Amino acid sequence: MTATKRSPVQTRSGWREWLGGFFTSSVGLKWIMAITGIGLLGYIAAHLFGNLKIFTGTDAAGNYYIDLYSEALWHLGGHLFPEGFLLTVLRVGLAAAFILHIWAAAVLTKRNRVARGSTRYRASRNWAASNYASRTMRFGGVIILLFLLYHLADLTFGWANPEFHHGDVFDNMIASLSRWPVAVLYMVANVALAFHIYHGTWSLFRSLGTANPRYDPFSRGFATVFAAAILVGNLSIPIAILAGWV
Amino acid sequence: MDLALKIWRQAGPDTPGEFATYIVREVSEEASFLEMLDQLNEDLNNQGEEPIAFDHDCREGICGMCGVMINGDPHGPQSGTATCQLHMRKFKNGDTITVEPWRASAFPVIKDLVVDRSPFDRIIEAGGFISINTGAAPDANIISVPKEAADSAMNAAACIGCGACVAACPNSAANLFTAAKMQHLNLLPQGQPERWTRAVAMVETMEEYFGSCTNHGECEAACPKNISIDFIAWMNRDYVKAQFKNVAKASQ
Ligand code: HEM
Ligand code: FES
Repeated sequence: MTATKRSPVQTRSGWREWLGGFFTSSVGLKWIMAITGIGLLGYIAAHLFGNLKIFTGTDAAGNYYIDLYSEALWHLGGHLFPEGFLLTVLRVGLAAAFILHIWAAAVLTKRNRVARGSTRYRASRNWAASNYASRTMRFGGVIILLFLLYHLADLTFGWANPEFHHGDVFDNMIASLSRWPVAVLYMVANVALAFHIYHGTWSLFRSLGTANPRYDPFSRGFATVFAAAILVGNLSIPIAILAGWV
Repeated sequence: MDLALKIWRQAGPDTPGEFATYIVREVSEEASFLEMLDQLNEDLNNQGEEPIAFDHDCREGICGMCGVMINGDPHGPQSGTATCQLHMRKFKNGDTITVEPWRASAFPVIKDLVVDRSPFDRIIEAGGFISINTGAAPDANIISVPKEAADSAMNAAACIGCGACVAACPNSAANLFTAAKMQHLNLLPQGQPERWTRAVAMVETMEEYFGSCTNHGECEAACPKNISIDFIAWMNRDYVKAQFKNVAKASQ
């Protein structure tokens, strides 16, 4: 850990020092987790919004709306940019947010291990305020990451899906999720994600320092409603496909 | 009441410790937890055994010296209460009570239930003060303070530095202690000149010894003074703001 105690005069010595102090401090790393977390939450919401189009059927020409949506993503920005340009920008940004989020989580976890060290309580101890969600952020995060890798291989690149055809989003989803072990995997992973964002969406206000007694019930409520909505939305898709409703 | 006590015994910092079980008889309901330990120590003295070392001073919940894990709860089962103010009426005849020292890398055991909390002193030295000229006492109320800020600063200043927040935290973070000690100054006019240097210095000193906050809230639940984790959020905010303020200060 940085042992330097900077006076304001030293702090003025340039952006490098500014970057160093803040982005290596644990409070700064939590700030990075919160900012990237917001980006990831926004992505999760947008992603669900898109996926729910699986329920909206076809247009007059018989094209699935979800296939049209996928195509629209490639043409984001209309004719302003080359095809796929904005999508690539978004993907790179998303990957960067993921990497920063996980990097900060790893660094902080290591520090916390050192701080707790070998000095664990020998007798059992009671939890008075933490909850299942808050205590499984790291474990749940790893589950989400592993699922994400499978998910990309399954429905983005198609390596894990023998009947994959690029662009046929509807058919690909049905082909993949009508295999029940895959559907179960999707459901388990989305439960893990819901726990993660239930704690994360509340926690980020505190990490960013915007928490205030007046808003706390709001941020609790918002986190609960948001996590529940994401959970219900994400679960509805594998359930509906397994049950043959779409 | 008669009690069985499972207490952590450790001869010194470098020796391994273990739990030892003792029976204490006829403990009064009115005794405080520390008086019950005194009673056990008298028994041990009479039997020629080494008494149990534990920290204490004021025994009225203001000095912050006392503090042990009691049946897995920092400062025991009653919320908002330091160990010295916990009364034996909270326990029943025949109970087994497990007593363990605070555990954190930053708080090594010195002996039995006594731990070294000096990293807290390092944090205070880094910024938990204001610099003023001493001399004749200034007039009271010469500087106006908004009522809300004064109340809030008072709530933070209630911190007695016992270390229960660190002991309770799964990450051994000292954010509640540091935030309380920082915000009771940062919220008041007298704390403003050093506010932004204080924020950086205290946070970065804290991080030399302690883990990082994951917003579990265990510290707030353990705090004998019920200090709110909102102060941690405000410390985070001040630390971020300080990155800009310290750059701009020379030209203000
Ligand atoms: C789409 C996926 C994800 C979303 C939406 C998400 C969202 C969040 C949010 C909002 C926070 C709160 C940040 C804060 O306390 O300020 C958070 C914390 C955290 N995330 Fe994620 N995250 C995701 C994936 C991951 C992954 C893949 C990992 C690890 C491999 C991970 C590990 C963590 C950890 C360890 C924390 C810290 C918990 C804490 O300090 O309380 N997350 N996440
Ligand atoms: S002995 Fe002083 S606070 Fe308990």
